[in-house]
Amino acid sequence: MSAPLLQVQGLVTEFGTRDGAVRAVNGVSFDLAEGEVLGLVGESGSGKSVTGFSILGLIDPPGRIAAGSIRFEGRELVGAPPEALRRLRGHRIAMIFQDPMMTLNPVLRVDTQMVEAILAHERIPRAQALERCAEALHRVGIASPGERLAQYPHQFSGGMRQRVAIAIALLNRPSLIIADEPTTALDVTVQGQILYEMQQLVRDAGTALIWITHDLAVVAGLAERIAVMYAGRVVEQGSVDAVLDAPLHPYTRGLLDSVPANNPPGIALRQIPGMTPALAQLPPGCAFAPRCSQAAADCSREPAVQRIGAREVRCIRPLQVTAPAAHSSGEARP
Amino acid sequence: MNTAAVPLKAPASMPHQESPAHSPPAKAAPLLEVREVSRRFVKRLDLIERLAARLGADLHEQTVHAVDRVSFTVQAGEVVGLVGESGCGKSTLGRVIAGLHPPSDGEVLLEGRPIQLRAGQRPVVQMIFQDPFASLNPRMRVGDAIAQAPLAHGLIERGESEAYVARMLQQVGLAPEMARRYPHQFSGGQRARIGIARALAVQPRFLVCDEAVAALDVSIQAQVINLLMDLRRELGLTLLFISHDLGVIRHVCDRVVVMYLGRVVESGPIESLYNTPQHPYTQALLAEVPRLDRRGQRYQPIRGEIPSPLAPPTGCHFHPRCPQASARCSSEVPFLRDLPGAGVRAACHLLEPSA
Repeated sequence: MSAPLLQVQGLVTEFGTRDGAVRAVNGVSFDLAEGEVLGLVGESGSGKSVTGFSILGLIDPPGRIAAGSIRFEGRELVGAPPEALRRLRGHRIAMIFQDPMMTLNPVLRVDTQMVEAILAHERIPRAQALERCAEALHRVGIASPGERLAQYPHQFSGGMRQRVAIAIALLNRPSLIIADEPTTALDVTVQGQILYEMQQLVRDAGTALIWITHDLAVVAGLAERIAVMYAGRVVEQGSVDAVLDAPLHPYTRGLLDSVPANNPPGIALRQIPGMTPALAQLPPGCAFAPRCSQAAADCSREPAVQRIGAREVRCIRPLQVTAPAAHSSGEARP
Repeated sequence: MNTAAVPLKAPASMPHQESPAHSPPAKAAPLLEVREVSRRFVKRLDLIERLAARLGADLHEQTVHAVDRVSFTVQAGEVVGLVGESGCGKSTLGRVIAGLHPPSDGEVLLEGRPIQLRAGQRPVVQMIFQDPFASLNPRMRVGDAIAQAPLAHGLIERGESEAYVARMLQQVGLAPEMARRYPHQFSGGQRARIGIARALAVQPRFLVCDEAVAALDVSIQAQVINLLMDLRRELGLTLLFISHDLGVIRHVCDRVVVMYLGRVVESGPIESLYNTPQHPYTQALLAEVPRLDRRGQRYQPIRGEIPSPLAPPTGCHFHPRCPQASARCSSEVPFLRDLPGAGVRAACHLLEPSA
């Protein structure tokens, strides 16, 4: 097998606070093949966005990548000079943010911003760049791109603005797009359109995609693989079908159980007790143990990653280990 | 199951008559009746614009029909969902029902009486807002925030407020000691609980929950939904649950009202609406919701976006995006009418029996 497009290994991202360093991302590892769509799922504070920012080298002090490696197209990104990262960003790796109003400069016309994104990485005539911008807008489903290019961001609706942001991400034909909750702020029907377009675009261009979201249902329809994060760690990863149909980690199970659609109407939802722990005061061992129904005394030990088939789970007592197919790689098992 | 159905053009002389079609013979008057309610917002011209208009500039006052002749009823003890996308008027309607905006036309009746309050009258309708942080005064201890309204309405004396606040906090699953803390010392889920406690403090009968769980994480959202449903049972509350999340609505509601651009397009009992949606918009909405059991889905989106409420389309508001629209849809406004099936109502020309 060829080397994966992106290889994240033991990534640790810390933020210095008055109470010492807080690990927002704590030993995250995953691979991403070319053209693959990975759903990075977690609740607020789980470290999913910080993982995305770390890959792009967008962690500013007091934050820093404290350990681990990020290899992208064979190059190490951790510790790479800022200039090298800048050449990569918006060119080979692009990002789409949750709030397109924050991405777009409100006082610049859309064409100015789009042309800038091209000319930052390529020396081509402005007219040619403009042509490419119009084509990109057309690809994301914006009608009459010629007129729209001359407008300001406030003249676009929320869904249209997000389309512009996606068009900018696509401009330089990156091999990886990191999308951080890009449809969370949008209406259901507009979200449907954007998901549809993203699906088409990454399929046609062979772009790999990391879709960061809290919404398992969005990922179910879009991604091939899922990584579930909790308190800075990936607690489970595997194919969409495997993770959603037969979760191994009690947290994934709990998350799926608390989705209203998975519960009979009118009956109390199966809820996870307690709340997400503050990163500064994580319990020892498994961070989920205080909320976990399966927890026992040895959960105060740090759980190692277990490989079960093509899946990984960070739990001492994973749920429903199917007997013959599963082969553990010999790590701590009860 | 509830089959409240009021003719759209209810004659004023017979205020509580249910439409005869499917109502059981002796039915209690609804707790809440929204009758032909409209709410318009007018953007007036400022001084400069008025001068410019006087000099011949093409400037006019702009009117937004945020809510356009909406009628429905809510029976005591019922949970009714109000769904729609942004700009459909669901929040405005919620605010009208909570008495925060007066309706431009029509009336909201609670047990047959208009809800507009006179000074000093205790509100029977309370509202829970989406962002509990924005709706709490950051410089006020939450205990004081909870006690403020019941004190103002004379429900409790100053001396008993501490015990009262403690009871309210316990009711929503918080420790009484937390009364002394400030809003920023709470997590999102706890703030949502404080918002609920504050609404319950004036002992309302009717709660309007405006996206009350939308900002919460899934695991916390489940806890707050369960809390609301427990409180509903214990206190005999009636709820209007406003949300864009069709999964949540399906879980908590008995009946749903679907709005599009200020108008009700469909309403009905929860199961029939989700299983056999009648209006093309409801069908599209349900088809677009991402679901856990739809893998590798090839999304088939409906076209376009919600038009600006400043310039709504003529006829049926949905016709420019509707896959089945005909010439009539762009010229004639469809009225909400009863369809076969208990309590199912929809506003669509395509659903007329003769068509």
